[in-house]
Amino acid sequence: MYDVLIIGAGVTGASIARELSRYDLKVCILDKNNDVADATTKANSAIIHAGYDAKPGTLKAKFNALGAPMFDQICKELDVPFKRIGSLVIAFSEEEMKTLESLYEQGIKNGIENIHILDKAKTMELEPNLIDSAQGALHAPDGGIICPFELTVALTENAVENGVDLFLNQQVIDIEKNEKEFKVITQKEKFTAKYVVNCAGVFADTIYHMVTPTDFHITPRKGQYFVLDKEAGNFANTVIFQCPTPQSKGVLVTPTVHGNLLVGPDAEDLNDKTDLDNTRERLNFVRENAKKTSENIPFHLTINIFAGLRAVPDTGDFIIGESEKVKGFINVAGIESPGLSSAPAIGNYVKDLLLDKWEGLKEKENFNPYRRKVVRFNELTPQEITDLVKKNPSYGRIVCRCELVTEGEIIDVIHRKAGATSLDAIKRRVRAGMGRCQGGFCGPRVMEILSRELNMEMHEVVKDSPESKILTGKTKCSEEEH
Amino acid sequence: MRDYDIIVVGGGPAGLAAAIEAKKNGVDSILILEREIELGGILQQCIHHGFGLHVFNQELTGPEYAENFINETKELGIEYKTDTMVLDVTDDKTVVFVNAVDGYQTLKAKSVVLAMGCRENTRGAIGIPGSRPSGVLTAGAAQRLINIEGYMVGRQAVIMGTGDIGLIMARRLTLEGASVKAVMSRRTYPAGLMRNVVQCLYDYNIPMMLQHTVTKIHGKERVEGVTIVSLDENRKPIPGSEQYMECDTLLLSVGLIPENELSRKAGVTMDKNSNGPFVNESRETNVEGIFACGNVLHVHDVVDFVTEESRTAGRAAAAYVLDRAPASASTISVTPGKDINYIVPHTIDPEKVEEEIELMFRVSELFDDSRIVVKKDGETVKSKKKARMYPGEMEMIKIKSDILEGSQNSNLTVEVEEVPDKNE
Repeated sequence: MYDVLIIGAGVTGASIARELSRYDLKVCILDKNNDVADATTKANSAIIHAGYDAKPGTLKAKFNALGAPMFDQICKELDVPFKRIGSLVIAFSEEEMKTLESLYEQGIKNGIENIHILDKAKTMELEPNLIDSAQGALHAPDGGIICPFELTVALTENAVENGVDLFLNQQVIDIEKNEKEFKVITQKEKFTAKYVVNCAGVFADTIYHMVTPTDFHITPRKGQYFVLDKEAGNFANTVIFQCPTPQSKGVLVTPTVHGNLLVGPDAEDLNDKTDLDNTRERLNFVRENAKKTSENIPFHLTINIFAGLRAVPDTGDFIIGESEKVKGFINVAGIESPGLSSAPAIGNYVKDLLLDKWEGLKEKENFNPYRRKVVRFNELTPQEITDLVKKNPSYGRIVCRCELVTEGEIIDVIHRKAGATSLDAIKRRVRAGMGRCQGGFCGPRVMEILSRELNMEMHEVVKDSPESKILTGKTKCSEEEH
Repeated sequence: MRDYDIIVVGGGPAGLAAAIEAKKNGVDSILILEREIELGGILQQCIHHGFGLHVFNQELTGPEYAENFINETKELGIEYKTDTMVLDVTDDKTVVFVNAVDGYQTLKAKSVVLAMGCRENTRGAIGIPGSRPSGVLTAGAAQRLINIEGYMVGRQAVIMGTGDIGLIMARRLTLEGASVKAVMSRRTYPAGLMRNVVQCLYDYNIPMMLQHTVTKIHGKERVEGVTIVSLDENRKPIPGSEQYMECDTLLLSVGLIPENELSRKAGVTMDKNSNGPFVNESRETNVEGIFACGNVLHVHDVVDFVTEESRTAGRAAAAYVLDRAPASASTISVTPGKDINYIVPHTIDPEKVEEEIELMFRVSELFDDSRIVVKKDGETVKSKKKARMYPGEMEMIKIKSDILEGSQNSNLTVEVEEVPDKNE
């Protein structure tokens, strides 16, 4: 029996798991997908918001303000790339300058002190590619960019290193509750736990409904994005938001922590929680609206498009806490923006909430907050490369030519805790296939490495989910050879 | 590690031919750096025949064609390193590479030949809407999986784009027992060579759908089908023409892009039209002593022409090393005129042209019974009638040296002149 069972290995579930792994508790995470971070966490704007945006008094405002400053420490411990490049909200008219002032006031109320209003000249100095009609900006120097899936992989890996059990491909289909415990039933197994934490993203209402008639509803709100080549990475220096209007929150333009340029998203409410289709109309909408920020965004350097779902609660705010109707069931639901920025603080809060259930629980002496350092070939010095290749020649073999990823890095993330078992899992961890050729060249080689390291047939290698096989069998002549 | 006179980046057909030619022209100290585990480049996965008609007067398979050059490279004792990635090339011809044996190395060369080839355009770059399941591959990636790794990529395929690799793969999939439901071109004619259309599609009864494209990919885990649509003459979708086509695989053959990331690092200036470096008649870039040849310079249709071009570059690199030949002082500029997409070379030093020089270019549309017209400073100096020209086939025209003599600072243009219909 588990003390705590977490449903959902997104950034929220992983943050909670890692916090709980500090204590002598039996904790597990279940996820329905074949990898961690494989839903909302993998497809969003990848921004750490400064915290001026949420309405004062809301949980969003509280956790954003608490969470954002925690990233420096966490990313240091877990060796995750994170940059505080600052953010700008651009006003395109005198009218919008007033909106900036109220955003500023709101930020101060939320306890965000490091924000300033910049005049046109200062704004253009920070972002020379802005459109001429930009009048000024709200500047938050602490705003940051991060890779949300690398963060979540790292959080999970560290949690597992500290004793948490991770179960992938476990879709919860029912939850039973008796006096003492919850029985969490997946399509494969039954798990028992004293406490259940519901971090199921867009499915959080479905999960909650398994224990009680739901009193909240989650709407999947789709957003679509363009990813541009690193050649376009210097187009923006900061996270550039457009001043929100009553009609729209606007489209953002930002460098990513790895040096690409990201443009998006739109917002489209759906009924289908699995609809991640890109659509021409919506992509055009993003492209057209981005022109408001700058007319010369180099869209011809697009290397990929994607779509993600936000988990939008009908309560208008994060839903965090123990269910009043079902004791021991903790909802962490409706974690839409600024969910990523809030995740560390939510993790902390839910940990405290659960610790109260046990008396005198102390932090484990052997808790290790550090993740084993990750080798990133393209950040190494020549001497470091030479020394490393002497010890392990696979770090001298470049597999992904666009992102300069070595075989050594790929082998490492396969064998780490919460390791990669699919092509996309490799891509999310080390970026092989994330570049301009989109895996055209390295895909087959990564498949060979996966097949060799995990001792499976080439044609069993999957792109992402268990049914997403890439190959359908051997060719005629290679069959004859075998 | 010692320095070299010439470092060739890329050991495919372009790099090998350039290295061999440089060696034959008197340079001994040559190093080829190849990122794959064997020499030969993309030819190694092109197991079909049809290579070598111009260079060897016989039809060879890709690996056979490559083998001729690999053998010669070895016989001539040219040094090479495979499984080796070049990380940087600078304008002072310093080459940085890494591999599992030597680690991180910095070498100096007197001359560098860029021969990195090209890559395929992707689903992401052209932004095909829909879901993101497995079963969507570029034709070249599928070719590698089938021909090198020995695995099938699907049973029921749709091919978007009619580039040569897509056409070749339509036949290859069919031979492996898969059904190819359609090969689609956005234009009124295919993008690849007509001979490939005949030998790969017509001969196997594979339907070619002109003026069609894929507008949506279906399937959450594996591809389940695609929505296709008819296009009007402006290549805009015709409303109501959408149809669903079931398939488990979508191959993309939607263009090739020269891989010039290293060229840019070296300070080489690019031509937006060819997506490759600006070069002179010797295939020398704006950076003295740095040459480019093969598909990194412009995408060729037939490898034989890559070989010829690369020999030019190799010869010139050798001359540069041996004579420290000065860069062309005054030159003729060559620019694309009406209906021409690009021309290589971009400049010609008439002093360097012995008997004649060949201009390589592609036209922008399909032209029947038209003329290629070469003009010098506005005056026609040569014209050639062509029964058919289309962008899939690289066109070439030779200009005699006497036409260029004494023409420093002139401008040459090439254009298409449509011959009026005889019946009009």
